[in-house]
Amino acid sequence: MITKEYLGASSIAGPLMVVEGVEGIGYEELVEIKSKDRFTLGKVLEVSGDKAVVQLFESPQGLDPQSLRIHFTGKSLRLGVSLEMLGRVLDGLGRPRDGGAPPLAEEFIDINGRPINPFSRDYPNEFIETGISSIDGLNVLVRGQKLPVFSGSGMPHMRIAAQIVRQAKVLKSGESFAVIFAGMGITFEEANFLIKDFEASGAMERTTVFLNLANEPVIERIAIPRVALTLAEYLAFTHDYHVLVILADMTNYCEALREVSAARKEIPGRRGYPGYMYTDLSTIYERAGRIHGKTGSITQIPILTMPEDDRTHPIPDLTGYITEGQIFLSRALHRKGIYPPMDVLPSLSRLMTKGIGPGKTREDHSDLSNQLFSAYARGREARELAIILGEGALLDVDKKFLRFADVFENRFLRQGEYESRSVIETLEKGWQILSLLPVEELKRVRKEFITKYLDKYFSQAGDVQEDSIL
Amino acid sequence: MIKGKIAKVSGPLVIANNMSGVQMFEIVRVGEKELFGEVIETKGDLASIQVYEETEGLKVGEEVISTGNSLSVELGPGIMGGIYDGIQRPLKALRDLQGDFISRGISVSALDTNKKWLFQAIAKQGDQLTSGDFLGFVQETHLVKHYIMIPPGLSGKILEIKEGEFTINENVATLKDSEGVEHHICMMQKYPVRIGRPFVDKLQPNEPLITGQRVFDAMFPIFKGGTACIPGPFGSGKTVMQHQLARWSDADIIIYVGCGERGNEMTEVLIDFPELKDPRSGRPLMERTVLIANTSNMPVAARETSVFTGIAIAEYFRDMGYNVAMMADSTSRWAEAMREVSGRLEEMPGEEGYPAYLGSRIASFYERAGKVKTVGNPGRTATLSVIGAVSPPGGDLSDPVVQATLREVRVFWGLDARLAFARHFPSINWLISYSLYSHEFEKYFEKGELKGFNNLRKWALKVLEEESELQEIVRLVGMDALSPNDRLTLEVARSIREDFLQQNSYHEIDTYTSLSKQFLMLKVISTFEETARMAVQKEVEIESILELPLKESISRMKEVKETDLQKLEILTVNVKEMIAGLIGGRA
Repeated sequence: MITKEYLGASSIAGPLMVVEGVEGIGYEELVEIKSKDRFTLGKVLEVSGDKAVVQLFESPQGLDPQSLRIHFTGKSLRLGVSLEMLGRVLDGLGRPRDGGAPPLAEEFIDINGRPINPFSRDYPNEFIETGISSIDGLNVLVRGQKLPVFSGSGMPHMRIAAQIVRQAKVLKSGESFAVIFAGMGITFEEANFLIKDFEASGAMERTTVFLNLANEPVIERIAIPRVALTLAEYLAFTHDYHVLVILADMTNYCEALREVSAARKEIPGRRGYPGYMYTDLSTIYERAGRIHGKTGSITQIPILTMPEDDRTHPIPDLTGYITEGQIFLSRALHRKGIYPPMDVLPSLSRLMTKGIGPGKTREDHSDLSNQLFSAYARGREARELAIILGEGALLDVDKKFLRFADVFENRFLRQGEYESRSVIETLEKGWQILSLLPVEELKRVRKEFITKYLDKYFSQAGDVQEDSIL
Repeated sequence: MIKGKIAKVSGPLVIANNMSGVQMFEIVRVGEKELFGEVIETKGDLASIQVYEETEGLKVGEEVISTGNSLSVELGPGIMGGIYDGIQRPLKALRDLQGDFISRGISVSALDTNKKWLFQAIAKQGDQLTSGDFLGFVQETHLVKHYIMIPPGLSGKILEIKEGEFTINENVATLKDSEGVEHHICMMQKYPVRIGRPFVDKLQPNEPLITGQRVFDAMFPIFKGGTACIPGPFGSGKTVMQHQLARWSDADIIIYVGCGERGNEMTEVLIDFPELKDPRSGRPLMERTVLIANTSNMPVAARETSVFTGIAIAEYFRDMGYNVAMMADSTSRWAEAMREVSGRLEEMPGEEGYPAYLGSRIASFYERAGKVKTVGNPGRTATLSVIGAVSPPGGDLSDPVVQATLREVRVFWGLDARLAFARHFPSINWLISYSLYSHEFEKYFEKGELKGFNNLRKWALKVLEEESELQEIVRLVGMDALSPNDRLTLEVARSIREDFLQQNSYHEIDTYTSLSKQFLMLKVISTFEETARMAVQKEVEIESILELPLKESISRMKEVKETDLQKLEILTVNVKEMIAGLIGGRA
């Protein structure tokens, strides 16, 4: 195939470059741009007559439009993938940034991927034990799920991500497990913390890090999630790995998307984000999953910081409509010093019912978590009333729910950063705390479970009872 | 045939020149890969085309060829139990051809053209038939008798009709029209998706669509042939409700359109439905279901078409005389697809960037629902009910898609994130939801076994309304300030909410409740209120009523099996006697 090279662009504005007088250029084609001392990449965003609009993947700084040699490659952006990439720190286009040699590619794959045929999907239903009660007990993560963490600036989402990587037990014997971390616009300290933590726990050798730091060009962030997921697909569906992909911070990705859209003078949607942001995000998130007849899986934990903690902001909003649930972090709990500060009421795991129950966790898991949720909700309601009217104005039963909420936060949610609880321990804790409530209020649990579990744990619940007196 | 050339490519939109003569909404094949596209605007010799597949790699100058057809669905035996993408390509066949990931430029027949079906004739040689008349039928699945009808626009005398095993493309009959032209009729017919199928007359819906979901059937019922929408923020349970409706509603045929939603959700339907049994016939639910799955990461233009593909199939089964229910999840994604294409066309935007024709498009979709007298003989009435989920940003009901939908639909089921957080499911907010079929509901339950259902419904809604007023007061002055009567109202309202409205979709018994059970459950709670109110008037302490061992039996009503409904009748008597005992005790 003949590829074409042109001399000089007619304009560069922000992340966009316009090349005129071109012929036979394909939409989304990869473009190589050579200047005197640099070599950068871009892709075709629009072709119209003899004009091509090219989006640069790297900063245009120092590029002189007239003297550029622009090479249209006739193919889309591909990532050279290989098992060698595990244990490495790479940049947004897969080039080493850890000082090592470039990994040798075994295969070149289009980074845009292709949608998984819904008919080929296998339903995610294998429980992942993260060792964190608020996840394992109430918002279960399963293999092949995409479960984002909705956080805010200043909250410990990175520490939670590191804890999940440390503790997640998805290993049956003989299964391979890999972590891919895509850092978009995160600070050096955050990136360093994670990499150090991966190294300390020994996870680094099965981890690939793709990194674009906060001070690096914004537009490099656009390719990162797709590059990371391309490697994930290769590991999962060619080499049978169970891959956990952590994308942080999706807010920075969306801002890069907005920048490109604004440079193209597109009609903006809400808050200036492009109208196609839902579709664009879905082509990232929907790459999680399992496929019939393949062993591997891709589980995604995208992390995003909600601007002003506003959950109706377009980024968390559109994300929540695509992902299978969400984990909210609460600033109020964080201020109370509770780690992990999981805001369990708005959090949700849509795939939970398929991942729990007899044979997976335990028969009472579903009823118990429903009961904990509704009791905690009622306790919080009582707390609000108590703030206005004073605790004395509450009915006796509401006082009990109020106690329950306090103990629940202190004993169930609160957990050490290096404390890993098995799911059975988590369920036990749940029953112990439920024993603070009158039995007839436990409407969400089947009778047989109350007789089987509540009484059993009630005798062990002495310290919880004490707690509630305080 | 018109041949043009690509002049511009931008996302799913391609502009081609040299296209004069092409019709609006004509299907064209774009580029060397012959991608499917549809003409959505013509100007001079330029045509704007929305392409149903990824446009990556398309080049200026590649050929665009018109086909002379508009976007159509293939209708015939073999469609039941199918799973299709937005332009009715069978996903199973695509997987067999291309593997686990969807790639481009493949055209596959929507229906299996090799399979032979046993055709049984209804019409006879010499019969004078018009469009819509039954020629014969195929027993497609245990649940669905697939009638072969004379396609729209044809009429004449049957020259020949066969019986036996045929593929869908083989002739089963020959028809001679009034001008003497002979038409060969096979079991498959094509019909354009954007045009509604003709009918004789539209009628007023007068039969409830029973869903087995208490908050719908007893509080905000939808009628067969009606329209409903479920708007709500993410995580409030839209999709679970749509799945429940698809599972349990007493329609004959279910068309489920997953429009721009999650891939795993479609997989869930695909895995669950063949296993779930229809409560009436005991057969797998998949035998009466057609799925259209255009997930969020599949091409955006095909998402726009998917709801029309769905409703065109739904109307075809309606014309056979069936009660069809269609679920579209979610119409917001459909509207966003319109917005994206409109933006690329550089049209002047309306509210929130949506095109100004958003309202009329939504209307033209929902108006295809209804109870109708169909064309053809034997005369039949049939219904098409449409239930659309809407996903407004941040759950904000002032969103243009919600507002345009509310102008069209007769039933509004408003989801509430706060209820979902407290795991009150289905999280339908009873204060904002409504059904405009309440009059029909009253008429329907005027007589028969469930006489009085309408009074119970009105009573329950009234108690809930009173509760919301009382709660304002409680928030200001506390529970102690309430009179015993008001405290009783709060207790009863809590019972209606927790013991009746809350329903666990994942509980084997609670997931479906028959109308008789719903009636009895409400009866128990209303009996409790009635007798307790009497007791309070006789100055029985409210605490002593609440301490009676009734609360638990009432909260366990949900777990009573459909075959043990007499237990609920016994409970009603118990409630009466125990509270009466308190009054007696004082006297």
